[in-house]
Amino acid sequence: MTQTEKVARIDAAGIYYRDLNARLREMVNNGASQVELVNVCGQRYIGTNLNRPAEIAIYGTPGNDLGAFMDGPRITVHGNAQDGCGNTMNNGEIIVHGHAGDITGLSARGGRIFVRDDVGYRAGIHMKEYGEKKPVLVIGGTAQDFFGEYMAGGAVVLLGLNLKEGERHRAKFIGTGMHGGVIYLRGSVDSYQLGREVGGATLEEEDFNTIRKLVNEYAGYFGGDVDEIMKLPFTKLVPLYLRPYGRLYTP
Amino acid sequence: MKHLDRVQNPHGDDKVIDACSIFGMMDVSGKRFSGEDITRAIANMHDRGNGLGGGFAVYGVYPDMADAYAFHIMYMSRQGQSETEDFLKDRFDVIRDEDVLTRATPRIVNPPLVRRYFLKVGQHRPAEQSDDDYVVDRVMHINTCIQDTFVFSSGKDMAVFKGVGYPEEISEYFCLEQYEGYLWTAHGRFPTNTPGWWGGAHPFSILDWTVVHNGEISSYGTNRRYLEQFGYHCTMQTDTEVVAYAVDLLVRKHRLPVEVATTVMAAPLWSDIERSPDGEQKLLLTLRQVYGSLLLNGPFTIIIAHNGEMIGLTDRIRLRPLTVGTKGDVLYLSSEEAAIRLICPGLESAWIPMGGEPVIGMVGMPAPTCETLATVMRK
Repeated sequence: MTQTEKVARIDAAGIYYRDLNARLREMVNNGASQVELVNVCGQRYIGTNLNRPAEIAIYGTPGNDLGAFMDGPRITVHGNAQDGCGNTMNNGEIIVHGHAGDITGLSARGGRIFVRDDVGYRAGIHMKEYGEKKPVLVIGGTAQDFFGEYMAGGAVVLLGLNLKEGERHRAKFIGTGMHGGVIYLRGSVDSYQLGREVGGATLEEEDFNTIRKLVNEYAGYFGGDVDEIMKLPFTKLVPLYLRPYGRLYTP
Repeated sequence: MKHLDRVQNPHGDDKVIDACSIFGMMDVSGKRFSGEDITRAIANMHDRGNGLGGGFAVYGVYPDMADAYAFHIMYMSRQGQSETEDFLKDRFDVIRDEDVLTRATPRIVNPPLVRRYFLKVGQHRPAEQSDDDYVVDRVMHINTCIQDTFVFSSGKDMAVFKGVGYPEEISEYFCLEQYEGYLWTAHGRFPTNTPGWWGGAHPFSILDWTVVHNGEISSYGTNRRYLEQFGYHCTMQTDTEVVAYAVDLLVRKHRLPVEVATTVMAAPLWSDIERSPDGEQKLLLTLRQVYGSLLLNGPFTIIIAHNGEMIGLTDRIRLRPLTVGTKGDVLYLSSEEAAIRLICPGLESAWIPMGGEPVIGMVGMPAPTCETLATVMRK
C-alpha cells in the first residue's frame, strides 16, 4: 500500500450493514482508492455493487455474501470470511487471509478469489464464464463436499497445502452436475469422490502454465515456495457432458 | 413478516434475507456465566430471524434445587393455570412455585403468564415407572389435555426461556443477565411453514433435553408417527419438536451413545455405508433398519443439549451452516463465525465441521478440537 495517498478508514463496530455499505459506496464513488474497515463483525454484502477499482482492507470477520455483485475493487480480508464470499461477483478480487465458508465463489461470472486456508461446502458452485470473462478461485487448503458443483465455467484450483503427510482431500461429490470450466486439484482423489458428471483429463502445457501463474500469485499474497508447490502432481477434472441433465425432464 | 417499511431502505428492494440463527456456548470446566454474552452473540445475527421467535436454554441454573424437576409453564388463560396447578398438586410434591421474573419490554406484546414449579415425583409414581418416564407422561398429558397451557421446560437444574420476539428482546424480557449456567444455547427464529407463537419458539425441550434448529425437517410426519408409538405427542405445531423427543428416546430410553444417536438422525449416505469397514457397516445398516423412521431428512443444523453435554450437528450434505470455535475451556457453536468473535475476541481456533459429523462438548472433558474430531470420525 502506498503512503502517498490517504487511506480512508471506517470503524465498523456496531454499524448496521446497510449503513456500512452506504458509507463505503459513497467513499468509493467519491474517488477514495484505499479504504480500511476495522472491527468488522458479521456485516453482510461488504463491497456489493461497487463498480470502480479500489483497495478495501477488512480487519475482523465480514458477514455473508462478501463482495456480492462486486465489479472492480480488490478486497483483502485479514481474518476469515463467512458463507457466500464473492456471490455473483463480476470483476475484482477477494483475498482471504484465513478460511472461507460454504458456497465460496457462488455464481461468480468474473473476478478472482484467493483463499489462504480451507473452504466449506460447494465452493465454486455454478461459476460461469463468457468470452474473456473467466472467474478464478484458488484455495490454499482443502475443500468440503460438492466442490465445483454445477460449475459452468471458470477455473478452480485446490492446493491442499495444509494436508499432512499421507493425508488426502476428503471432499466427495466433486464436480456434481459440472458442465463447464475446469478443476485443478493438487494431489489425487479416488473415483468415488467424484460426481457422475466429471472425469479426469491429461494436463497439457497450457494447464501447467495456468496453474503456475495462479500459484505464483497465491504465493505472492500468502507466501510459499512455488517450485515446491508445483512438485506434487496435479489432477485435472473436466465435465463429461455439456448438458448433464438435458434429458431429465424431457424423456 | 418483517416491517420492511420501518427499515431505512434507499434501494427500494424488498428482499427478505432471513434464516434462523443458532448459537451455543459451554464451559467444559463447569464454570458458570451469565446470559449476557450469548445475548450479544445471537443479537449479532439479528437479520437471520424476523422477530417471530427467540429463545434460550441454560444448564446449571438452579444449583439449590438441582434434584427437583423445574417445570416452566406458559398459561394463556387463568382457567388453564388453575386446572394445571390442581393437576400438579395431585401428582407431584410441589417444592416451590413462583412467577418467572420478567421486565416490561416494549417489543414484547401479549405475553402469556409464565410460571416456574420445582417438583419432586416422590411417592406419586407407579412402582414400575421411572421418575423420568413419569414426568414425560405428565408433560404430555398437560400439553395435550389441558387448554391454554404449555409445559416448555421440564428438566432438572436447567431452564428454557422463549417467546415471540427477537432473541435479544426475549433475553431482556426474562432478565437473562441475572441467571448463570455453564452451558447456554440460543435461537433466533424465521418460521417457514408454521405459525410464530410463544410455544413454537425454540428451544424445544423434554426433561433436560433441548434443541435449537435452523432448517426444515421434511421427515417430520414419519418421525412424529414413529415417536407417537412411544408416547411422545407433538403439540408445538412445528418440526423441531421431534428432535427433542428423538434424542430422549434414543439416548435416555434406548441408551445409545450420543455419537450413535447422531448417526441415526444424520445417517451416512448409502454410498458411504457401502465403503465402510465390515463391522462398522453392520452397525450402520442395523441402525438404518431399526431406526430408519428417526432419520432426519431435509436441511438442518441443530444444537442439542442436556445436563453436562452440548452437541452440534448438521445434515449429511450440510445445507445449513455451522462454525465451531474454542478458547481454553469454552466451546462455541454458531450459524456465523462473527457472532463468536464478537464475544470472544481472543478465539484460539475456528473451523467448519463436515456435514453429519457431530461436535460434542462434555463437562469434565477437554473442549474438542478440529484434530480430535477428525480422528474420532476416522477410527
